[in-house]
Amino acid sequence: MTMMNTTGSGNHHHGLLSKIATNDEHGENSLYFHGWKAYDDNPFHLTQNPNGVIQMGLAENQLSSDLIEDWMKKNQRASICTTEGVHMFKEIANFQDYHGLPEFRNAVAKFMGKARGGRAEFDPERIVMGGGATGANELLMFCLADPGDAFLVPSPYYPAFDRDLRWRTGVKLLPVECKSSDSFRITREALEEAYEKASESNIRVKGLIIGNPSNPLGTIMDRNTLKSLVSFVNDKNIHFVCDEIYAATVFKQPEFISVSEIIQEMDCNLDLIHVVYSLSKDMGMPGFRVGIVYSYNDKVVTSARKMSSFGLVSSQTQHLLASMLSDDEFVERFICESSRRLEKRHRIFTEGLKEVEIKCLEGNAGLFCWMDLRPLLKEATFEAETELWKLIINQVKLNVSPGSSFHCSEPGWFRVCFANMDDETVQVALQRIRTFVNEKKGTGKAAPEKKKKQWQKNLRLSFSSGRIYEDGCLSPHVLSPHSSMLRAQT
Amino acid sequence: MGFVSSNNQQHLLSKIATDGGHGENSSYFDGWKAYDSDPYHPTGNPDGVIQMGLAENQLCFDPIEEWVVNNPKASICTAEGAGNFKDTAIFQDYHGLPEFREGVANFMAKVRGDRARFDPDRIVMSGGATGAHEMLVFCLADPGDAFLVPTPYYPGFDRDLRWRTGVQLVPVPCESSNHFKITGAALEAAFRRAKDANIRVKGLLITNPSNPLGTILDKSTMRDILSFITRNNIHLVLDEIYAATVFSQPRYTSIAEIVEQESGSNSINTDLIHIVYSLSKDLGFPGFRVGIVYSYNDAVTSCARKMSSFGLVSTQTQHLLAAMLSDNDFVGKFVAESGKRLAKRHEDFTKGLAQVGIGSLESNAGLFFWMDLRRLLKEPTPEAELALWKVIVHEVKLNISPGVSFHCSEPGWFRVCFANMDDDTMRVALRRIRSFVAKRKGMEGPAKRQCWRSNLQVNLSFRRMDDITMMSPHSPLTSPLVRART
Repeated sequence: MTMMNTTGSGNHHHGLLSKIATNDEHGENSLYFHGWKAYDDNPFHLTQNPNGVIQMGLAENQLSSDLIEDWMKKNQRASICTTEGVHMFKEIANFQDYHGLPEFRNAVAKFMGKARGGRAEFDPERIVMGGGATGANELLMFCLADPGDAFLVPSPYYPAFDRDLRWRTGVKLLPVECKSSDSFRITREALEEAYEKASESNIRVKGLIIGNPSNPLGTIMDRNTLKSLVSFVNDKNIHFVCDEIYAATVFKQPEFISVSEIIQEMDCNLDLIHVVYSLSKDMGMPGFRVGIVYSYNDKVVTSARKMSSFGLVSSQTQHLLASMLSDDEFVERFICESSRRLEKRHRIFTEGLKEVEIKCLEGNAGLFCWMDLRPLLKEATFEAETELWKLIINQVKLNVSPGSSFHCSEPGWFRVCFANMDDETVQVALQRIRTFVNEKKGTGKAAPEKKKKQWQKNLRLSFSSGRIYEDGCLSPHVLSPHSSMLRAQT
Repeated sequence: MGFVSSNNQQHLLSKIATDGGHGENSSYFDGWKAYDSDPYHPTGNPDGVIQMGLAENQLCFDPIEEWVVNNPKASICTAEGAGNFKDTAIFQDYHGLPEFREGVANFMAKVRGDRARFDPDRIVMSGGATGAHEMLVFCLADPGDAFLVPTPYYPGFDRDLRWRTGVQLVPVPCESSNHFKITGAALEAAFRRAKDANIRVKGLLITNPSNPLGTILDKSTMRDILSFITRNNIHLVLDEIYAATVFSQPRYTSIAEIVEQESGSNSINTDLIHIVYSLSKDLGFPGFRVGIVYSYNDAVTSCARKMSSFGLVSTQTQHLLAAMLSDNDFVGKFVAESGKRLAKRHEDFTKGLAQVGIGSLESNAGLFFWMDLRRLLKEPTPEAELALWKVIVHEVKLNISPGVSFHCSEPGWFRVCFANMDDDTMRVALRRIRSFVAKRKGMEGPAKRQCWRSNLQVNLSFRRMDDITMMSPHSPLTSPLVRART
């Protein structure tokens, strides 16, 4: 009889576990996740830990939850746990039909329309649930591509696409470079070139996936570019997946244009068009795991619906949101007020940066800015970017996300999230940035050396896979609701 | 202005999307069509089809509702609990709320009479048991690998374990001659068969208590199983989602108890042991999608946790259950009461059937029993079983599930669910069965044949299952069609 009670480590498990379980494709070795450790070890608190690291690597929308709490108090029937609503408890707890509660689908379809200013209408029959946008994106890949097939994706892009779209599906991602000289807009030429290269390498491209509004850029796609993408996918007969989870975070002109509007304006094979949506960003409810796949292809809807069994939305949550999202007055007020607060926060932050001559890519959406720190780089390399990033985390004590973790082709860009903190914290962050920039400009050599010792000591960038993610998980910091570590989606 | 092209769908979509691997073409789903088009209602439609194909636990909701009303802080929507709304809605850490994991670990222990302890740090979430099974297979096996699974087994396994993973299922036949018990010989034979076909077996999946049998594993079978997997160094996955539905002797033994008992001796390689759990059956909460993977293998726990991002439990639900499952007073009372009600329902049914000479496999768990209708078959063939089934659905108007849909190797067995209806409906169902059996005894020859040619076409190539709208007036929220899990 064998006697192993060993705990997991590398080689012992090859053969015993699957290839998927033993490769690194979950992506948690990326820099994107590493900055969180510094935060988790020393999280900022206005009064209790004013010198801690401020979390600016988390794309969360925390600015408008009071509106939701307010609605909650006035709509007790929406919950199956209140005295007003408990008569529905049994029925709802028992409901597991993968079509979802009809009233939930109706409400989500309505909300999606409102988030697009009523410029597109969504059919509740096409609403399919996924386990958050994370699950929705993976689900779509399983429907549209075989292992070994590829999807084109404009870079810079959301780092977790590497896991969500590839890990268990075996699908490849081919980045299509966007340049700062084009304001990071995707060009038809770049797409064609990427497609050609794939064909030459005998890689079958099954589709193009974009985030619109873009994470990390915070920009929306203009009409002409969107049209040219639709035309491109039609020409090549490949799929077009639009991840529109930031749709309602557009806070100023120009107005958001969804692919669902574009297809009304041009000839297009609808079987190629699919939208991924979620309530995690627009409503600030990532915990509720509301992912939506909305496809214009009937067969995809059917297939995806069957697959949704692997990640349905809790019926308790469906029931709550069915009420909330069909309250037209609330929804309209929420979207409007949320935009207003995002606009204000964005303005305060970007203006604060401008004071020290830090520019951001001109953006009108999202929960973050795409900050241009190229002037602060020692040299235009990714090593220099990483060095600067270490400095920012360790000395300035801000967890921002380096562009390389988004597969950006040019070093020096950083994504900075601004919607997950209160007003005072924003000011502290801005103050620290001001100090840092001024020091860099003003002071001589002495200061940098002292700093060098500090960051070598505190931040060990370990690229070999995480004991961080196994035992480190149990630290009290990590388990607080504010812990950013290991988010499902950020 | 768009147009829809129907050309090239086959190539446009993935193989997975077009291969029918979702399994909805099985006869298991067929009977629901009859129910959906003619669902029983005591006053509105007293001649309608009674749903007995759905393994749901609807007998014990009153104590739950009472607890909910008395514990408003467990909800993030009540006045008392709304203060937690923001933090809960924003929490998306795939470790889950610590108090949720503690609550689940506590509940799992209590359900097993505290004969085993569960470590909250090994609790990993998934999208229902459906998601848990798929996730485990993704961790343990590569495409083309196989899992052994004793028959008869839950039809959803065909989809959950195989569809997107590319893993195969190799059946291990169990026979009525020894009460459908799993034998070491059958395990070895199946393993050898796979080996001869060049199929790499990565594990064995056991459901204990069993669906559809309603039986639990005895100690000697457990020993055979453990010895088999250890000898062959393959994984053992125990689906224990019916653990709290054990309603009479003998006492249930979870694999967790065995692991704890043997922990000093090193006779079990715990890296091979994994449990799938859920609240869908024990508590009757299938809608809440609470699937749990509990592995004794650290690497699997770690990997599964990362994968759980694809199917986490809603934090609103985590928050509610954290409180409920840590309330030992409630848990103790609930498990006892639920067991009592299941026992009574089971007894009423099986006694009622015995009175007309219909036997069922002796069982002490589950939300169903395994009914023996072999002597009502024209001949001992799957075709005869399906013919009989057509009659039962269409004439007797009971939607029960034919053994063939559970891959049973012997025709004539049917799974009958009893925990998803009230007492009156149960009496109606019994009445119908009794008169059907009486009629059958009385009739012989050609007249009998006419009865069988019914209107229900067993549609084995399953066309447009999904076109059947869930929104028919007959079946607002109760349509069983295409449940996530039944």
